[in-house]
Amino acid sequence: MSLWEYANPVKFMATSGRILPACAVLAGLVTLVGVCWGFFATPEDYKQGATVKIIFIHVPAAMMAINAWAMMLVASLIWVVRRHHVSALAAKAAAPVGVAMTLIALFTGAVWGQPMWGTWWAWDPRLTSFLILFLFYLGYMALWAAIDDPDTAADLTSVLCLVGSVFAILSRYAVNFWNQGLHQGASVLRAGAVTGSDTEEKVSNVYALPLFVSMAGFFLLFLALVLMGTRTEIRARRIKALEARARMADA
Amino acid sequence: MAGLKGLKKKRRVQVLMVAALALVLSAGLIGYGFRDGINFFRSPSQVMESPPAPNEVFRIGGLVEEGSIVRGEGETVRFSVTDGGAVVPVEFTGILPDLFAEGQGMVGTGSYDGRVFVATEILAKHDETYMPKEVVDALKEQGVWEEPEPEPES
Repeated sequence: MSLWEYANPVKFMATSGRILPACAVLAGLVTLVGVCWGFFATPEDYKQGATVKIIFIHVPAAMMAINAWAMMLVASLIWVVRRHHVSALAAKAAAPVGVAMTLIALFTGAVWGQPMWGTWWAWDPRLTSFLILFLFYLGYMALWAAIDDPDTAADLTSVLCLVGSVFAILSRYAVNFWNQGLHQGASVLRAGAVTGSDTEEKVSNVYALPLFVSMAGFFLLFLALVLMGTRTEIRARRIKALEARARMADA
Repeated sequence: MAGLKGLKKKRRVQVLMVAALALVLSAGLIGYGFRDGINFFRSPSQVMESPPAPNEVFRIGGLVEEGSIVRGEGETVRFSVTDGGAVVPVEFTGILPDLFAEGQGMVGTGSYDGRVFVATEILAKHDETYMPKEVVDALKEQGVWEEPEPEPES
C-alpha cells in the first residue's frame, strides 16, 4: 500500500469519496465545539477582557493560511518531479481555501488590533509578509485561470508556489528574525515550549484547550474542502477529455 | 516554462534544487541587507546611541517605565520609555490604547528633538500571555501574582 497509488485518479476518487462525508461532518462538529467553547465558555482575559475571544478564529485561520501554502508547495513539487496530475489539481484546489483563511486572519487581526494596539494595520514585518502571502494567493489563482494548457499552468504555478513559500515562511517566523515588531511572538507553539526547555505557561489552559480544538476543526475543514475541490477538478478534467473525444468522434 | 515539460525527471529535480537554493540565498541576502530597515521600531538605546535628526519621523519602542506616567493638563501625557539600557522621555497628546500601562510594551511614532520624543501616535504592544481575569485577581489577593516578565527588547 503506497501513497503513490492515489496518483491514479480512479483510486483517489474512490478513497476520497469514502473519507469525505465523515471528514466534512467531523470538521463541522469540531469547529463548532472549539469556537463555541471559546466564545461562550471562557473567562475574560486579565488585560484584554472579552477581546481575547478573537484568538479562537484568528490563530487557527492564520495557521491554516500558512499550512495551506505549505501543502500546495509539497503538492507542486510532487507534480514537477513525478508528474502526477492529481497532485497538481490538489494544489489548485487548496488555493481558494488558503486565500479564504488568509482573508479571515487579516480581517480578525485588524478587528483585534484596533482596540488592543490602537491601530487596524501597521507595517510590521509579520503583518506585511502576511499581506504579501495574500497577494501571492491571488496571483497563484489568477495564473491557473490565465493559462489554457493544464500542464503548462501546473508547471508555472508550481514555480510561483516555490517563490511564494518565502513569504509563507516569513509570515510564520518573521517575529523570530526581527524582534522589533508590533506583533507578539508565538504563544502556544513556541520553540521552547515544544522542546520542553521553556515550561512557563504563557497561555492559560482555559484558553489553550478550546484553541487546540478550534485548530483541529480548522484543519479538518481545510482537509474536507480540499478533498471536495480536488474531486471537482478531477471531474472537470474528465468532462473536458470526454468532450474532446466526442468532438473527435463527430469529426 | 515549456522547458520543464521536455526535461527528464533527474534534470527536473536538479532544476528544482538549484531554484530552491537560489531562492533561499537571495531571501537570506535581502533579509540580511534590510535587517535594520525591516525592524518596525528603534529601541531607546539605538536612539541614544545615534540620535536621529530633529525633523526625522521614526518609531520608538520599549517598555513604559514604572512610575513615569504623568498626566498633564488636557490630553497630554508624559512618560519614559526604556529597554533596560537607555531611557527616553516621551510626550504625547491624544487617546491612548486600552493596553497602554506602566511596565507594558509600546510603540510610538514621532520625532526626537534631543531632549524629548514628541509622539503623534502611540500603539500598545501585547505580549504572549493570556490569563483569565479571575485567576489573576485571586493571585493578586493572595499576594503571589507576579507581572509576567516582558521580553527584553534588543
